Amino acid sequence: MTQALIVVVYLILLLVLGYISSRLFRGNSNDYFVASRSIGPLVLFMSIFGTTMTAFAMVGSTGESYRVGIATYGKVASSSALIHSACFFLVGLPLWALGKRNGFHTQIEFFRARFESSKLGYLLFPILVGLIIPYLLVGLMGAGSVMQGVTRGAFPEIFTSTGGAVPPWLTMLVISCVVLYYIFAGGVRSAAWANTFQTCVFIVMGFIAFVTISSKLGGMQAASAMADPGKAVRAGNLTEMQFLSYCFIPLSVGMFPHLFQNCLTAKSAKSFRLTLVAHPIAIMITWIPCILIGLWATGAVMPDGVTPVIPEGTSPNAVLGMMVGKLATPIIGGLVTAGIMAAIMSSLDSQFVAVGTMFTKDIVVHFFGIDRFSEKQKVLLARGFICTIVFVTYLFTLAEPRSVFSLGIWCFSGFAGLFPLVFAAIYWRKATKAGAYAAVIGSALSWFILFRESDYGANGSYLVGGVMPVAVIFVACAICMVVVSLFTQAPSQDTLDKFFKKKA
Amino acid sequence: MSRGVVITFMLVLFVLHQDFWFRDDATLILGILPIGLAYHMAFTVLAAIAWLVIVRFAWPKYLVEEENEGNEQ
Repeated sequence: MTQALIVVVYLILLLVLGYISSRLFRGNSNDYFVASRSIGPLVLFMSIFGTTMTAFAMVGSTGESYRVGIATYGKVASSSALIHSACFFLVGLPLWALGKRNGFHTQIEFFRARFESSKLGYLLFPILVGLIIPYLLVGLMGAGSVMQGVTRGAFPEIFTSTGGAVPPWLTMLVISCVVLYYIFAGGVRSAAWANTFQTCVFIVMGFIAFVTISSKLGGMQAASAMADPGKAVRAGNLTEMQFLSYCFIPLSVGMFPHLFQNCLTAKSAKSFRLTLVAHPIAIMITWIPCILIGLWATGAVMPDGVTPVIPEGTSPNAVLGMMVGKLATPIIGGLVTAGIMAAIMSSLDSQFVAVGTMFTKDIVVHFFGIDRFSEKQKVLLARGFICTIVFVTYLFTLAEPRSVFSLGIWCFSGFAGLFPLVFAAIYWRKATKAGAYAAVIGSALSWFILFRESDYGANGSYLVGGVMPVAVIFVACAICMVVVSLFTQAPSQDTLDKFFKKKA
Repeated sequence: MSRGVVITFMLVLFVLHQDFWFRDDATLILGILPIGLAYHMAFTVLAAIAWLVIVRFAWPKYLVEEENEGNEQ
């Protein structure tokens, strides 16, 4: 009961924040979509970091650490520490400069102009939105499982079917409505503010959870001593080829539509400097407590010294919620749950805004013309499409659940597989329109075939010849781009002049 | 200069990331952190330092020009 109340208070705080930011909303689409390109270093960092840390980073990492041990940090987090910043540097900064110079609001506007093809946008749009849906699912499912884990037994008379816990469908519904409210109130500016606030909340609460749980287990040394030693090493949990091929996963940030939009909000190139340096450290501060909690969960027992905290057969998604629910006091449990919700919502908001922006700019305005709709109507269209996507995602959450970590990896694999497209667009003058089409189709087809082979993500250990599917998708995309570009007509000189500055 | 510095850092760090030397070592540092995890924490700090060096000494020239053009406008 106490936990649920604390979460409700936190959600009300977010609604108030949304209301305040709506008072600052300038009412035009440029402000709604890219905050009038006015975001400074600190908010940009918090916003980008908050966006990349979702249920995958907290719920997923704890569950995966419980399943395969500490290798979880090396295979995703430490590689992200290096590669995320590399993507911001090699992709984010050039895109920010090109976006500012040419007035781009979305990735698709950039690709259309770079490859001189309007139809490329119609091909990319469903693929990007289709890949965002599993990302949204990861967030909503993570929120549902954590809330269910920490409120077990709190409402025995109201929620009988879940053992008195708040059912996942209700948590997901409430979370969606709160995020929708504050982004509708102020668009990307509101999302950036909320992200800044929520990033502080989830880092602090993650630390509190870590300290509380370790203390309840008799201290950090006792907790580590109890853990399964087999999970304290990489050997036996992950092959070398798996570990190596996991490095492709963080490249996904180079193709996330919501991060592209976040980058465009920057006031100046210098605003990125803090993000480049602080992002790796922030990843470590967020992931390490979760990885250790997951490791401790492999051997943790209740104060009676016999009963395991995590019963055998527990879903990895439920590990964090159960550790917090069983080992923290109700007040701490509530605060930590609010922190986890903060991490989840800080990603959902940017994704919602990006989806709405793409629909309005890349489909509606592009198809009907810029003057067909007023500024107010454009914002309304964005909101309508966001609601539709949230509804569709919500329906997916009611289907058979998947591991948050596994679903997240499939989503990131799709975006990472498209990385050669954006990299070639920025750095390779010979990248052609036909090459771009081939890259998108090759990447999408290989992703779908492999996803189907893995039983639509149900087989969490699915590999292709010992490597992660993302490596195959990436290579397919790169080969298609290079081979087809070499044999097709190069872009016009006008386009090359626009996208590639001549060397002095 | 910036491109060479960035590529060098990336390659060195990428090799350091493949820590096959601790893959089956279960030693606990200070009785808390498995050595494989402690190594990757140190790697993360090193990555941040590398980015600090890049930002400080190898900031791309085209961005400086871009800022200057923006200020002039």
